Amino acid sequence: MEIIVCIKQVPETGNIKINPQTNTLIREGVPSIINPMDMYAIEEGLRIKEKSSGRMTVITMGPPQADAALRESISLGADDAILISDKRFSGADTWATAYTLAQAIKKIGHYDLILCGKQAIDGDTAQVGPELAEMLGIPIATYVRKIEEIDNEHIRVHRMMEDGYDVIDTPMPALLTVVKEINIPRLPSLKGKMKARKAEITVWTADDLNGEPSFYGLQGSPTWVVKIFSPDPRPSGRILTGKTSEMVAELVKGLKETKII
Amino acid sequence: MDYFLTEDQLMIKDLAKRIAEERIKPVRAELDEKEEFPKEIIQEMAKSDMFGIFIPEEFGGLGGRCLDLVLAVEELSRICSGVAISFAATALGSFPIILFGSQKQKEKYLPYVASGKSLCAFALTEPDAGSDASGIKTTARMEGGEYILNGTKQWITNGAEADIYTVIALTNPSKGIRGASAFIVEKGTPGFVFGKKEKKMGIRASSTRELVFSNCRIPAENLISKEGMGFMVAMKTLDQSRPGIGAQAIGIAQGAMEEALEYSHQRVQFGQPISSFQAVQHMLADMATQIEAARALVYSVARYMDSGAKEISKESAMTKLFASDVAMQVTINAVQILGGYGYMRDYPVEKMMRDAKITQIYEGTNQIQRNVIALQMLKERAKGR
Ligand SMILES: Cc1cc2nc3c(=O)[nH]c(=O)nc-3n(C[C@H](O)[C@H](O)[C@H](O)COP(=O)(O)OP(=O)(O)OC[C@H]3O[C@@H](n4cnc5c(N)ncnc54)[C@H](O)[C@@H]3O)c2cc1C
Ligand SMILES: Cc1cc2nc3c(=O)[nH]c(=O)nc-3n(C[C@H](O)[C@H](O)[C@H](O)COP(=O)(O)OP(=O)(O)OC[C@H]3O[C@@H](n4cnc5c(N)ncnc54)[C@H](O)[C@@H]3O)c2cc1C
Repeated sequence: MEIIVCIKQVPETGNIKINPQTNTLIREGVPSIINPMDMYAIEEGLRIKEKSSGRMTVITMGPPQADAALRESISLGADDAILISDKRFSGADTWATAYTLAQAIKKIGHYDLILCGKQAIDGDTAQVGPELAEMLGIPIATYVRKIEEIDNEHIRVHRMMEDGYDVIDTPMPALLTVVKEINIPRLPSLKGKMKARKAEITVWTADDLNGEPSFYGLQGSPTWVVKIFSPDPRPSGRILTGKTSEMVAELVKGLKETKII
Repeated sequence: MDYFLTEDQLMIKDLAKRIAEERIKPVRAELDEKEEFPKEIIQEMAKSDMFGIFIPEEFGGLGGRCLDLVLAVEELSRICSGVAISFAATALGSFPIILFGSQKQKEKYLPYVASGKSLCAFALTEPDAGSDASGIKTTARMEGGEYILNGTKQWITNGAEADIYTVIALTNPSKGIRGASAFIVEKGTPGFVFGKKEKKMGIRASSTRELVFSNCRIPAENLISKEGMGFMVAMKTLDQSRPGIGAQAIGIAQGAMEEALEYSHQRVQFGQPISSFQAVQHMLADMATQIEAARALVYSVARYMDSGAKEISKESAMTKLFASDVAMQVTINAVQILGGYGYMRDYPVEKMMRDAKITQIYEGTNQIQRNVIALQMLKERAKGR
């Protein structure tokens, strides 16, 4: 079985800071990691690959540094890795990202299953997976928390819903976006890490793809970010002291002033 | 401090640290409480190739040597030395084969060790033979192309969990310890069963069992080296493994110091964090200094061994002696810094203190290490070195 896993390199969230002047993310010096949800996609891909003695290719669209994310995927057991990287791709919104990924996947050609994370922790839209499936014209199941059955023709999955789960059958090839309930990602192996260090990472630029150039990057992005801002920090509360009757009067006054009552 | 580790060594250290923090830390208290062998964790370590670190490349390992193993054991022990020793004891049990085994024995067993499919154990100690290995009574009698083993080994780490046992037994009892030989015994061999499972003070996640041999027949080809070489095999094996105990000790001490440092910053008494009291600061400073000294010793001896040095008994003994005493001192003081909380099982330092104690005892007590060191000094003096 041929599996493709789409991963995104993201800043480690604990460290995200916004520049208060420009209201943009401060990315310098922030360590990058594989989007945590994508770790579950990688693990699930590896499990299927190991059971079906198939192959797994990991792809990412991103800057040259995303090479590190691909090497980490190889250290976990991915067979191949492709970095889709070009200045012309920068500024892409989810549509342009999905379009670019779709062109790369068409170039790869044969695949049985595509796995994505449910969403990226920075962009957070959860749109890329569904858009990609649409562009490739294949069925999709989102929020997958379990693969019950899989063979070359069909797959049965459990989708996590708020009030239970859906069981979905779909023909293959298909695209799944996975949630963290699906597995416990493995740790890398020493041999894998050594292999990753030496691995050749294929790099594709816009010239390697067959897409329409104006659909890439900022130019191909229908979404325009008008403004990014940090919400005002919440002012600290007030602690009332004194006699109960005084405190109640004070509280009611305060609530009226702020038009809560 | 920067010890100028190679890229591969840093990789081993990082991965061991991740395994320890992500997989072992969440369950260490429970494993200790239930005295449960960490099967799942061992499997994960196997998948991460940790057991390949000390196996030569031609037998499926990574060809790492003493320092590589030391780094892994140290990082695992920083979180839980009970798990770490189950790993390190596999190295110990495989050293007789790595150092003295035939090509055929290496080909047969080492790939299983490297992949983590088989754990190993090393069996020397008996009820009447602890520090004095010459007291062993287990015999191996040659009969019809087979050796027949009889006797009981005691306190064997990885007992019942390991598949491959390297066992020291007398092939010629009249010659005493000069009549000892080393053997490979596979789990499941008829006549080989496991006796008492020990209930221990510390390293409670590890398994410590009796091995009972009653007319246990093993093929002649399972003899390691030659008849009569058993004591030498055992001593060289221990020389090779003692820096691993040193590493276990510095790992435990490092873990305890980190806990104490963190706690001293949080705990407020007399209106200030206890870390502001000089008496506490000095305990922390001594801990850090002792640990760094122990680490420097263990790493440099490991490097000395990896350089191909032949005479290593003295230096190897020093690593274990010094680092284990440091671990004991540091963990006692870590409990002291945490006060009554340190005495409670809610905090990990009491476990670390219990765990530290064993490093002064096994693979030769610290008194025996001093004997080894002094004996070597006197030998060197006699040789005029
Ligand atoms: C600070 C910031 C500024 C931005 N500025 C702009 C802007 O100016 N203009 C604009 O149009 N857009 C902008 N974006 C949107 C950005 O391009 C999106 O993050 C991107 O399109 C992916 O969407 P997402 O992060 O929501 O991913 P999701 O849709 O949440 O990701 C779901 C899954 O899709 C896959 N996936 C997502 N991205 C990739 C990828 N690159 N390669 C491979 N697989 C992937 C992964 O499997 C992932 O788990 C900005 C985003 C951020 C965080
Ligand atoms: C948890 C655990 C795991 C173990 N795992 C293994 C294993 O995997 N394989 C294995 O073969 N063994 C193992 N052992 C055995 C261990 O190596 C011995 O316990 C150790 O060598 C000491 O022997 P002993 O306990 O019989 O102490 P004894 O030899 O009885 O010593 C008692 C005291 O006398 C002192 N003493 C003895 N002789 C001298 C001397 N000549 N000079 C000065 N002082 C002396 C000792 O230092 C000690 O303080 C393990 C033990 C434990 C507790």
